[in-house]
Amino acid sequence: MNVDVKPMKTAAELSLAGVYATAKARLPGGGAVAALRESAFRSFDAQGLPHRRIEEWKYTDLRALMREARTVAAPPDAAAKDRAKVAPCVIGDVECRRIVFINGVFVPELSDLSALEPGLTILSMAEALAKGDVRVTQHLGKVLDNNDAALALNTALMGDGIFIHVAAGAAVDKPLHLSFFGPDTPASVFTRSLVVVEKAGRAMLIESHEGASDADYQVNAAIELVVGDEAHVDHVKLIAEGVKALHVSTLLASIGARARFNDFTFTTGGAVVRNQVFLRFDGADTVAGIRGANLLDGKQHVDTTLVADHHAVGCQSRELFKAVLDGDSHSIFQGKIIVQPGAQKTDARMMTQALLLSDRAESDNKPELEIFADDVQCGHGATAGALDQNLLFYLKARGIPQKEAEALLIQSFVGEAIEGIEHAGLREVLLEAVAAHLAARK
Amino acid sequence: MALLEIKNLHAEVDGKKILNGVDLVVKKGTVHAIMGPNGSGKSTLSYVLAGKPGYTVTEGDVLLDGESILGMEPDERAAKGIFLAFQYPLEIPGVASMTFLRTAVNAQRKRRGEPELSTPEFMKRVRWMAEKLEIEPEMLRRAVNVGFSGGEKKRNEVLQMSMLEPRLAILDETDSGLDIDALRIAADGVNRLRSPECSMIVITHYQRLLDYIVPDVVHVLSKGRVVKTGGKELAHELEARGYAEYQDDAAA
Repeated sequence: MNVDVKPMKTAAELSLAGVYATAKARLPGGGAVAALRESAFRSFDAQGLPHRRIEEWKYTDLRALMREARTVAAPPDAAAKDRAKVAPCVIGDVECRRIVFINGVFVPELSDLSALEPGLTILSMAEALAKGDVRVTQHLGKVLDNNDAALALNTALMGDGIFIHVAAGAAVDKPLHLSFFGPDTPASVFTRSLVVVEKAGRAMLIESHEGASDADYQVNAAIELVVGDEAHVDHVKLIAEGVKALHVSTLLASIGARARFNDFTFTTGGAVVRNQVFLRFDGADTVAGIRGANLLDGKQHVDTTLVADHHAVGCQSRELFKAVLDGDSHSIFQGKIIVQPGAQKTDARMMTQALLLSDRAESDNKPELEIFADDVQCGHGATAGALDQNLLFYLKARGIPQKEAEALLIQSFVGEAIEGIEHAGLREVLLEAVAAHLAARK
Repeated sequence: MALLEIKNLHAEVDGKKILNGVDLVVKKGTVHAIMGPNGSGKSTLSYVLAGKPGYTVTEGDVLLDGESILGMEPDERAAKGIFLAFQYPLEIPGVASMTFLRTAVNAQRKRRGEPELSTPEFMKRVRWMAEKLEIEPEMLRRAVNVGFSGGEKKRNEVLQMSMLEPRLAILDETDSGLDIDALRIAADGVNRLRSPECSMIVITHYQRLLDYIVPDVVHVLSKGRVVKTGGKELAHELEARGYAEYQDDAAA
C-alpha cells in the first residue's frame, strides 16, 4: 500500500516559491521559455528540495543544508566589476577567450568576444532567451531527459549564462573560459548555459566559479552540452567558491558517435558543493574520460554524483575521482554506469580514491553498475586510506622532511587524475594549485 | 675516531624483542659487514639506525659523532649523513625519479645550511652517476621504481646514495635478487663511494657480495647480538661452514 505523504514545506522551499513568483515576470524569454520555466517549477514544487531519503541525494540533504533560500542577486555594480577585473585569473596565464559573469549576469566589458574564430557563435543566454533564438530553444531543457529537483529549480529561475555554438568541422583553438564570480551579498544565482558542438567540431571549455569568502551566497549553475558526431570537446570545471558558499552545478551532456569528450572537475572551495554530471552516449565508438579531484579541509562537504548512460555500441568511458580530505571535511562520490540493452562492447571503468589526512574526515563512495547488455567490460573500484607510512619513511630516510614528503605523495595521488587533462598548460596550473594548497597546510 | 657507536642496543617491534644488546663501533672510512642467519636482527638493526617508526629502542644508545641520534626523525638522520639502501626499495607512483632525487638532495643541503644545487649542476651529476650505473636517462623520468626490475631498483638505490654522498651508508642485502652482472655494477657504484669520509655497514647473507665490496671488519649477528667479530676471512669461513654453530649458541 502506498501512502502519499506530503511533507510540510520548509522555509527555504516556501521562499523559493516566493522568489519564483516575484521573478518570473522579469526573467528573460516569453512563450515557450515561460512554459518551460512553469513546468520546471511545478516539478520542483512537487518534489521539494532533495533530501536524504531521495537515493540520489542520500549524502547531501539539501533540505537540511539549505535552511534559507536567498533572493536572486542584483546585477553587479561598478565596484563588483572592478574587483573581478583585477582578480588574479584562476587559470594563470593559459591563453583563452574569457567570458565573465558576475552575480549570474554576463559582463560584456570584461569579456572577449572579438574576432571569433570562423564557425564560432557566442551569445548571452539572457539575450538568446529574450529573442527566443531557435538555436537555443530547440535544445534547451531537451538535451537529456532529467527530472532532478535542483536542475528543475535552475530551469525555472535561469537568468543568464552563455550560448556557444561551434559549427560542423570548426576548430576553436583558444579555450573558452567561462569565469563566474559569485555575489558578495547573501544572494542566489541561477545560470544556465548551452553549448552545441556540431559534427567534427573542436572546443575546449573551462568553467570557473569563484566568490567572496565572507558572503554566504548560493549558486545553482547548469550547462547543457551537445557533442556532435566526431566532435572533440574538453570541459574543465574549477570550483573555488568562497568558504561559506553553497554551490550546486549540473552538467548534462549528450555525446554523439566517434566523438571524444574529456571532463575534469577540480573542487577546492565552497562550504557545500554538489557537482552533478549526467552523460548519455548516443553514438557508437566514442571515448570519454570523466575525472575529478577534491582538495578539502575544514567542514567542507563536496558531493560528486555521476551518471554515465551508455546507449550506443562500443563506447569507452574512464572515470577517475580523487579526494584529499583534511579537518572535518566530507567527500562523496556516487557514480553510476548504465549499459542499456544493445550497448554491446561498452568498456567502462570507474575508480574513486580518497586520501584521509585527518581522523575526522569522511569519505563515502557509492559505485553502481546497471548492465543490460551481455558483451561488455565494466568495472569499478574504491579505496580510502591514510598516507602510506612506509612510503613516508622511504622519503624521510632520503632527507625529505615530513611535510614535504606528505606533499610529494599527495601531489602524486591527485596528479594521476590531473594527468587526464589534455591541455598541458592547464595541467600545470592545476598541479601548481595543488602545490600551493599543500604549502598552505598547517 | 668513531663515526658510529652502537651501545648495548635493545629494540623491539610490536612488543617482540629483536635486538638484545648490540655493540658495534664503526670508525671513519671503514667498511663493516654484518652477516647472520635469517631472523638474527640484521634488517631490524638497519631500520633502527635509519629511524623507522614502529621500531622501539628499549635500552642502549646509538651515537653519531658522539651525539645520540635516537631522538631524531629519519630526515634529520639523513641530513646528518646516514643513508639506508633498502632491501626492498619502494615504488612511488606519480613521483618522477628526477624530482625525488632533486627534492632529497636539496632538502639535505638546506638543512645543512648549504646552497641548493643549480639545475645544470644537478643534472650533470645525475647523468654522470646514472651512466656509471647503467641507468637509462629514460628511467629517471619515470616514477620512482615503478615498473623497475629488482636489479634496476637496487641500482637506483645506489644512484640515490651516490647523489646524497652519505657519511654512513647502510646497505641492507643490496645483493638479494641480483644476478652476477647487476651485482658487479651495483658493487662498483658502492666502491666508488669508498673514501676516508664514508663509512659503510654492509648487511648480507652471502659472502659473494663481499668479494666485490671488501670489508675491513666482519661481524656475525645472531639472536639480536654480535656474537663474533673478525677480519674479511671470517666471511669465507661462514660461507664454508654456515651459520649453524651461531644459531645453536644460545645468547649466553
